[in-house]
Amino acid sequence: MSFKSEFSKGIIKENPTFRMLLGMCPTLATSLAVFNGIGMGLAATFVLVGSNIMISALRKVTPEKIRIPIFVVVIATFVTTVDLIMAAFVPGLHEVLGIFIPLIVVNCIIFARAEAFAFQHGISDSLADGLGMGLGWTLALCGLSAIRELLGTGTILAFADFGFPGIRVFDQSLAATMVILPPGGFITLGLLIGLLNWVISRKSKKSQNA
Amino acid sequence: MEGSGLIVSSSPHQHTTVSTPIIMSDVILALMPACFAGVWFFRLRALAMMAVCVGSAVITEAALQRLGGKPITVRDYSAAVTGLLLALVLPPDLPLWTGAIGAIFSVAIAKFVFGGLGRNIFNPALIGRAFLLASWPVFMTKWSWPIIQASWIPEFDAVTTATPLVLMKDMGIKAPYANLFFGQVAGCIGETSALAILIGAAYLIYRGHINLRIPLSFIGTVAVLTALFGQDPLFHILAGGLLLGAFFMATDYVTSPVTPKGQIIYGVGCGILVALIRLYGGYPEGTCYAILIMNAATALIERYSIPRKFGEVKRVA
Repeated sequence: MSFKSEFSKGIIKENPTFRMLLGMCPTLATSLAVFNGIGMGLAATFVLVGSNIMISALRKVTPEKIRIPIFVVVIATFVTTVDLIMAAFVPGLHEVLGIFIPLIVVNCIIFARAEAFAFQHGISDSLADGLGMGLGWTLALCGLSAIRELLGTGTILAFADFGFPGIRVFDQSLAATMVILPPGGFITLGLLIGLLNWVISRKSKKSQNA
Repeated sequence: MEGSGLIVSSSPHQHTTVSTPIIMSDVILALMPACFAGVWFFRLRALAMMAVCVGSAVITEAALQRLGGKPITVRDYSAAVTGLLLALVLPPDLPLWTGAIGAIFSVAIAKFVFGGLGRNIFNPALIGRAFLLASWPVFMTKWSWPIIQASWIPEFDAVTTATPLVLMKDMGIKAPYANLFFGQVAGCIGETSALAILIGAAYLIYRGHINLRIPLSFIGTVAVLTALFGQDPLFHILAGGLLLGAFFMATDYVTSPVTPKGQIIYGVGCGILVALIRLYGGYPEGTCYAILIMNAATALIERYSIPRKFGEVKRVA
């Protein structure tokens, strides 16, 4: 597999949220606003790329039996880095995302890629994989949070750290509060997965008929 | 039943001419007194809300079945019943578009996602109401007077008011029984008139579509518990959505147990939950949530209440 295909598989074909259903907890908890989603997605992408490269580089000297603790140490290093960087430069976002930044340590997307990919592949492939998976997750978070922010609060692209209140599309009183509550998150995610599956199955049916 | 995944058990079988369209049209007929009462007390708002809810429910069902390549079953009236029941448990002043979203949500999420009629775990109309209450709490708790003014309450606000249960919980004002019985109180479109609901329920029982196990155990439990905790049981039976819920929602074939013992357990469970929510909960009324919670327990109740087969001997432990 080439660099390009390792990168692009994470965007749609093996999208961690929509196709593999990994990392559901942070997905639902942080997809309340588009900038929360982007922040979370990019933080995880940084960790994913870093840990994939490190684990791939260390794979030949890592004893099989204690690989999981080693993964944890590597991943935790990058999580601490990103946690401190975000606390320094985007304190508002850091506060909103709260516990979910440190919890990237146990995010199953990152673990799954370390275990299933980086531990068996070379550095450049692992870099492409981490980048693709991370951006795939960021895109999924963006899509999900755009719907939830718009329907649940009536605004879009609110970003407190830049002092931007967001674009008000309709009045607050008309917004469906439930969409930003946990059940609304599950339902929106379910509908999006269903929509994507429907589009993909239609496409494959069409290509079979052709 | 080919292709539906249902297993036909061995004989004997009993044939019946009662089919889904007949039951559903009877339910609509049974709801007519409550609808008339709603229109009588809340005028055109109520009628418009019913039309919007029924229309959106039916259109949603037909559209989804068409998209999913399934046979279109709007002619069995089940979507219309869902829409009508939803309209009856909404406040009359709710914006109409909210009612439409509630009906779409009821049919699409609560019914179609689970596989359509007969496969839904929760009562679709109540899911629609719960969704609207969670989404637009401000609209969903704004009540207006029925068109006929009541004299038993100080006129501090001419337009908006509170339901009898809210007045009771917050201010200790008790609506007179006659007003509660005939329906001259604030409330959801179809829940205010106990008389109209009872007429409809009597028709359903006469036609043999529902039996009294669930409604009686449900209402009885609420009466006993509210009396035990020092409140007026008759007031609690007549006020709020208890009667409508007990006769028309809790008895939904799909979401309530089929075993006789299970139906009693289910009714008592609903009753306990309603009494607890009304007496100690944050909400003044709990019928909707009580029924939804017991819907979730239906499969479990059925599993443990299977009646003994004729001739079966209890196994000696």
